[in-house]
Amino acid sequence: MRTLTRRTFGTAALALPLALAACGRSAVDSQEAATARGPISIWVSTNEQELAWGRAVCEAWNTEHEDEQVTLQEIPAGSSSEEAITAAIVAGTTPDLIFNISPAALPDWVRAGGLVDLTTFEGGRRHIEERGGTRARDYAEDEGKGGYYQLPWKSNPVMLMYNRKIFADAGLDAEEPGLDTFDQLLDASRRIVSSGAAGSAIWPSPTSDFYQPWSDFYPLYLAQTGGTRLIEDGSTTFDSPDGLAVARMWRSMYDEELAPREQSTDDAMTTGATAMQLAGPYAIATYKDAIDYGFMPVPTTEGIPAGKTITFADSKNVSLCSTSRNRLTAWDFLAFATDEEWDGKLLELTGQMPLRQDLASVYPDYFEKNPDYTSFADQADRVADVPYVSGGIEIWQRFRDAYSGAVIFGTDSVEQGLSDVAHQIDALIKE
Amino acid sequence: MTTPSALAAPRARTSARDPWWRRLLGTQPLGLGMSLPYIVFLAVVMAYPLGYAVYISFFDYVFTAPGVHADHPFVGLSNYRAVLSDPRVLGSFANIAVFLVINVPLTVILSMVLASALNSLTRWTAAFRVAFYVPYVTASVSLIGVWMLMFSQDGLVNSILGPLAPDPSWLVNSHLAMPSIALFVTWKQLGFYVLLYLAALQNVPKELYESAQVDGAGAAKRFLHITVPGVRSTTLLVLILAIITGSNLFTEPYLLTNGGGPDGASASPVLLIYQKGIQQGNPDLASAIGVILVILVGLLSLISTRLTKED
Repeated sequence: MRTLTRRTFGTAALALPLALAACGRSAVDSQEAATARGPISIWVSTNEQELAWGRAVCEAWNTEHEDEQVTLQEIPAGSSSEEAITAAIVAGTTPDLIFNISPAALPDWVRAGGLVDLTTFEGGRRHIEERGGTRARDYAEDEGKGGYYQLPWKSNPVMLMYNRKIFADAGLDAEEPGLDTFDQLLDASRRIVSSGAAGSAIWPSPTSDFYQPWSDFYPLYLAQTGGTRLIEDGSTTFDSPDGLAVARMWRSMYDEELAPREQSTDDAMTTGATAMQLAGPYAIATYKDAIDYGFMPVPTTEGIPAGKTITFADSKNVSLCSTSRNRLTAWDFLAFATDEEWDGKLLELTGQMPLRQDLASVYPDYFEKNPDYTSFADQADRVADVPYVSGGIEIWQRFRDAYSGAVIFGTDSVEQGLSDVAHQIDALIKE
Repeated sequence: MTTPSALAAPRARTSARDPWWRRLLGTQPLGLGMSLPYIVFLAVVMAYPLGYAVYISFFDYVFTAPGVHADHPFVGLSNYRAVLSDPRVLGSFANIAVFLVINVPLTVILSMVLASALNSLTRWTAAFRVAFYVPYVTASVSLIGVWMLMFSQDGLVNSILGPLAPDPSWLVNSHLAMPSIALFVTWKQLGFYVLLYLAALQNVPKELYESAQVDGAGAAKRFLHITVPGVRSTTLLVLILAIITGSNLFTEPYLLTNGGGPDGASASPVLLIYQKGIQQGNPDLASAIGVILVILVGLLSLISTRLTKED
């Protein structure tokens, strides 16, 4: 009897947390939620400019929708927004809308049942495709033919940013640098470092984070291949002459100590420690009062006209979460926040490019007043994003690990590194 | 008067004739009541997650949103086979072995020697104790910032070393990254272990030192023959704590060497658990690594207990 009682007590002690955990996860009735209206909450990035846009759009909506108020919150702190969103999906604590969705992580969030297909709303597909054009289909299921679990919202086309003063000090043409090819980029880098104009020519972050290839290898690879993604038709593409050419160029940068292997302890561009970086239009707000900068398209082996260069989109999108209990309001607010007026406000407040067609002709006044952004608007029509594939974060982490060994630290040959990781990723895709 | 035999008498146990609540709660219900919050804490924060991790390590498992059904087929040892055939996972265990080989002996020796020295000081005692303890209570993130500045390519250490500075520098050198982390962690945690030894030294009879001194034993002999045996139980505690905290290494490789660089040379198993479980959505693989880590730490602790067991 004593044994039985103690066993019961022990079982109860262990069952308590299970019961508590179960109580914390109450599911939403999706059919009821699909036709419901009421208050909603949204998450936006902690970026100061995006917060200003978020507050403005919420205020505008709230003044006209007394019973459907929108509450704005910043994305919870985490080492990356992907982790914060993943944790919230599993815990069932996501808001109605998230305005900072990474396309790399999205297929896994769909698999986890955390997001709602936006084409289930009346006019959903039409709004997305009229706004974004045919490239919007890159963000849809089934290679563009299926549902949309994300509305392609904004992009930050990656270009080569340079410090005009350092270029002039190194004897380079600061107005028309003409760094169209890898050889020209390497020659200019050697001149910058050997002349002492800057300690390094270019300084991409050498850390092991899965997303770092988007700021060194991937923009150049997309330009070199005319927009071929890391994975196409179910297999990797980068173990190729084009992939090797890009990787070898970066390997030369590190071997010749033109790019540091350590993370910068401060902002290397602001302090003048480096002459170039790969950046999107968000960089303009950061550096406009600090340095005299210029932008140019990313180079390729042979050089291609700027008007044909394709680069990394670095987009962030909007998703409607399955925890939403008032999905009609959420959809209406999403359509409102991504109409022509509020996309224009986004452009004005953040300098980031709304993922809509023909930006330059839709907002001519803005680009006339802000010529620095014109090249980005032009480039925004020629961007590619990460492939729509399940397990994307793991795939990019594998790629980064191999790239670190073969390119940054030189512990492996470039050929072997790319070949090995291509086989690993191909195996992952097949799983 | 209480006799020694009365003091040693066994505590009364419950019997079948006692009421059910006494059989359930024992003869000291107050003690159980006071322990209950901690028992609940252990059950919720330690026992349940550990059991759950062991469970999901045998399944093809993905996290889902509430109310979403996903199949979690039983896969036996497949997750264990996957992680044990992953060179990066094996490398992380090798990295942690390097870390422990440097960190654990250094921790034990330095903290014991420093505690003995502090114990014999008659002036500035508090100042020295605070000096050793401050790194332990300071946030790792802020200390790591200082170390990055000191050990970077153009940092203070390389400036002093001049041509003797390693190339590539400390934190991006695949041979020096892990030893650099081991030194950092040893320095950061030393204050805590010094305090443990200082407390233990209070229980070593001063008469032993005086007798040894009268017999002509020098400082080194007194340390080896009186201090070291006198604090043996604390040494076991320090060993086990150092092994457990060292095996859980995460913050330092993540921040000090840019996420386990260079090229994974400082990646730890816990860093990979974080990557696979939290970043990549593979909690099954992460759990398998965690279970292997728990088993290895348990074995190391057992070996340490045996090695330091008194005759």
